[in-house]
Amino acid sequence: MDPAFLDNSLWRNIYCNLAGDSAGCAAREYSAGMLPTGMEWLAFALAAAAIIGLFVNGVLGGVIVLIWGERRLFGRFQTRTGPNRWGPFGLLTPVADAIKTMFKEDVVPKDADRILFNLAPVMIAAPALLVFSVIPFGVGTYVADLNVGVLFIMAVTSLTTLAVLTAAWSSGNRIAILSAFRSVALLISYEIPMALALVGVIMLAGSMSLGQIIGAQSIPFILVQPLAVFVFFIAAMAEMARAPFDLTEAESELAAGYLNDYASMKFGIFFLAEFMAEISTSAIITVLFLSGWRGWEPVPSHLWFGAKLILVLFVIIWFRMTLPRLRIDQVLKLAWKGLFELTLINIIVTAVLIAIWPEPTTTRLWIMAAVNWPVAIISIWAVSKLLGTSGYDDTEPDSDAPVYPVATEQIPGSAVHISGVTGPDTQARISSPANSHIEQGGN
Amino acid sequence: MIGLGLPRGFLVTLKNFVRAPVTVQYPDRHVGLFGAAKEAGMNPFRFVVKRPVDSIKAIAGLATVPVALEQSPRFRGNEFTFYEDRCTACASCAKYCPLGIIEIVSVPGKIDAQEGESYKLEVFDIDIGRCMFCGLCVEACPYDALHMGTKFERSTYVRDELIVTLDELNAAEKKPSSFYRPQFEENAFDPYTETVDDHYDAGRHERPSDEDLKKKWVDER
Amino acid sequence: MAIKTQPVTVNLGPQHPSTHGVFRLRVMFDGEEIVDVEPVFGYLHRGSEKLAEERTYTQIVTLTDRMDYVSPMLNNQAYMLAVEKLAGIEPTQRGVWLRMIAAELQRIASHLVATGFLLQDLGALGTPLIYAMRERENILDLFEMLCGARITNSYLRPGGVFMDAPTGFWLALDRELVDIVNTLDELEEYLSGNEIVFSRTKGTAVLAPELLINASITGPMLRASGVDWDLRHRNPYDYYDRIEFKRILHTASDNYARYWVRVQEARESVNIIRQCVAQIEPGPVRPSFDDVPRLIRPPKGDAYVAIEGSKGELGFYLVSDGGIAPYRMHVRAPSLINLTLLRDMLIGGLFGDLFVSFGSVDLNMGEVDR
Repeated sequence: MDPAFLDNSLWRNIYCNLAGDSAGCAAREYSAGMLPTGMEWLAFALAAAAIIGLFVNGVLGGVIVLIWGERRLFGRFQTRTGPNRWGPFGLLTPVADAIKTMFKEDVVPKDADRILFNLAPVMIAAPALLVFSVIPFGVGTYVADLNVGVLFIMAVTSLTTLAVLTAAWSSGNRIAILSAFRSVALLISYEIPMALALVGVIMLAGSMSLGQIIGAQSIPFILVQPLAVFVFFIAAMAEMARAPFDLTEAESELAAGYLNDYASMKFGIFFLAEFMAEISTSAIITVLFLSGWRGWEPVPSHLWFGAKLILVLFVIIWFRMTLPRLRIDQVLKLAWKGLFELTLINIIVTAVLIAIWPEPTTTRLWIMAAVNWPVAIISIWAVSKLLGTSGYDDTEPDSDAPVYPVATEQIPGSAVHISGVTGPDTQARISSPANSHIEQGGN
Repeated sequence: MIGLGLPRGFLVTLKNFVRAPVTVQYPDRHVGLFGAAKEAGMNPFRFVVKRPVDSIKAIAGLATVPVALEQSPRFRGNEFTFYEDRCTACASCAKYCPLGIIEIVSVPGKIDAQEGESYKLEVFDIDIGRCMFCGLCVEACPYDALHMGTKFERSTYVRDELIVTLDELNAAEKKPSSFYRPQFEENAFDPYTETVDDHYDAGRHERPSDEDLKKKWVDER
Repeated sequence: MAIKTQPVTVNLGPQHPSTHGVFRLRVMFDGEEIVDVEPVFGYLHRGSEKLAEERTYTQIVTLTDRMDYVSPMLNNQAYMLAVEKLAGIEPTQRGVWLRMIAAELQRIASHLVATGFLLQDLGALGTPLIYAMRERENILDLFEMLCGARITNSYLRPGGVFMDAPTGFWLALDRELVDIVNTLDELEEYLSGNEIVFSRTKGTAVLAPELLINASITGPMLRASGVDWDLRHRNPYDYYDRIEFKRILHTASDNYARYWVRVQEARESVNIIRQCVAQIEPGPVRPSFDDVPRLIRPPKGDAYVAIEGSKGELGFYLVSDGGIAPYRMHVRAPSLINLTLLRDMLIGGLFGDLFVSFGSVDLNMGEVDR
């Protein structure tokens, strides 16, 4: 076992407690394992099972709380109360929803490709869970600290679209296919700015490991890399297909998009995966830009991480509640013409800054922040000017434009003849004949 | 200017975020400790000491307080209020009903001690399941015998139970709506707190005095 | 290498979240672009016009409530004007003022619904919709004070209204008018400058005024193209000739212009209500039963009266054979006629704009199918 893989991870703690002072646990003092010597394989398996159980259930529990919290927040944004009937403060509402979902009839359409149709929920749930394996939730609370953690996240999150495409294709539904097309278009467009936005962070941290990126953030990178945060946030919203980029399941257009034909717990798994993606995206933003679990003592690191996570989730929900959906052409235009340029600007500026001040210390990071913020504001303004169609201030009608003079007898350009009406008639009352276009018709 | 519209939108939603919710919770409302204590008529400290279980429930968000909906006195609801003593079985209501859901069977021979002979109602059925509460029957009633009700809860599992019979109408609580009954509005009658049990009070005319009755029914004959 | 593509026909509706009722669109897509549209409607047909032939003139009011169920007061008004013209009934002053106030409140409510649902179609996840509906609820509360019902009002009677406003109504109305303006301000603050709303609605589904006139499209849709056609001004019914109001016109004729016209018209309706309140005088609200009996028997003949409904020219055509029920009733339903240019609006556009343009027509299936 690679010691670097095991070092200080949750897995290692469990494994070493079970297996005792074995080869992988040399870095720490463990007097004696719970299991006899020679049973390392059992310790390995038990530790793995414990980790899987802990993470899957932890994430699902988080999703349950998020569903409740999101609905409560939706309610508050819309000056409603949100769900509050079932359980304390409505906390059991998602549980009731889950039970209802499980007991629904599992319908598979006649024309569906059964194998793929059943496979798609698995395909969407697996990557959504995998992302959590590299996220450090606090000091020493992670499954693995990969040296290519960022790359791993990018790779795994891309798999979601494959699942969406599978779901849409296998259900044999045209609306679902339209939704899958949108999903693929979104992925291809937004993967690039998302990856490029992270380049600046990676350059600053000098590593792709999430642990080391947190270590490098003596001040949160949201201050140092405003452009990267801006682009990454938008791209992440698009990646997980949340409003204003919820084109794949645009409720008012595609009804539910690729989910149209799913029922029962298969639908439930898609739903869970969606919320898992929301949590994982917030966690990634927390780690990369809000300095992860770092904070001031004596508050434990997990609480810092949780607080930042909730903050990011709140902002995502706020976005979702406020913004109308973008159209597909606007979404793609935003990615290729707007965000792509912004990331390039960010990379160039960051590269220059790092060339001037290699080995960024706290002071140097502050100087970089001071340089980056004006650059960010100017470039976002310039790009929005470039992208925006004219007439954003033009809420009032154009006073010069011609107004049709209907009061005249004949309307130009048409053969419509309006008779009997010549303007405001003070005598026009209910009983007066001028009130009607038709005088006395035949009977 | 471009770029300012979206932040303004965010501020509007944030402003609404901190606004009091407009949701009307019905039939009961979830309250916290203070609300529960107020409902019990104690101050919170006393409430915690006297009723610890209830106060724990209230802190956990499980305490509820019944809510009465705010309705207009003119609300056109079900449970028609009907005064058989005012009814002459003229069947105006049945004639004016756009759906024809009022069934009236009457026989001559009802003797009123004060008012003499009149028709007696045998059947007065309203099929509330088909009623659309337009109020035309109430408007048509010349003697203010039929009034709209002010309730709205009448769900059943069987449609037949939605036919309101004469006995049910007579037994129902008399909480007439002031729809097309200006006399209630003039008296500032509130159907949600008061009832009109005496059929004399439900009419748009003043209650006749004994002299008037004597004049009408004894002297003029 | 050329990729072979093929248009896809998709059925949107009758069960679809944003078809504003039970409406079906058979749409042919080439990718995201709309190639062909075929609207199918009639799912909500209840035969109101035929049912009217079996009912007395007063009973028909209840049917008109259910035609355009987001503006029943305006339907009541149009129908009652037609009955009054047919039977030669002179309405009472206070009755007319009251029904004008009710109608203008209803216009605000209807425009709020139209605006809210337009933004719902834009994908705003219900927030602006709920802000709009919140205010509509308050207007419906006023209706409950007036006539005891929120939607199926049946408030109007031949010659006026069935009952005078209760004492608390005027104070509540004053407060509500302030609230409406605040809500409209808030909606405009939220949306009128919103870049996403702008880029989604500006320049989409543009219709030339000539086309609109030839298709006899009326209402905010026509006024958004710069045609100054408002029956309240052109052919004043009730007491609109005693009211000063601004006609709201926009010239762009796109989805944004339609949204803008509706919001501004709702503002102007507040103005109209204030003038009505200033001019209303005490008096009877309906003619005595000696003048207008409960059972009207209009003389033989026919009458057509159109009013400026919330969606356009709302007309009722009544034919009387001298009996207690009309021989024939026909409704000129603006929702149905405004739908006629649907193909011109949608074809060539993108899927994302389909329901936005559709919603900007502000149609109501209850009125389309009747």
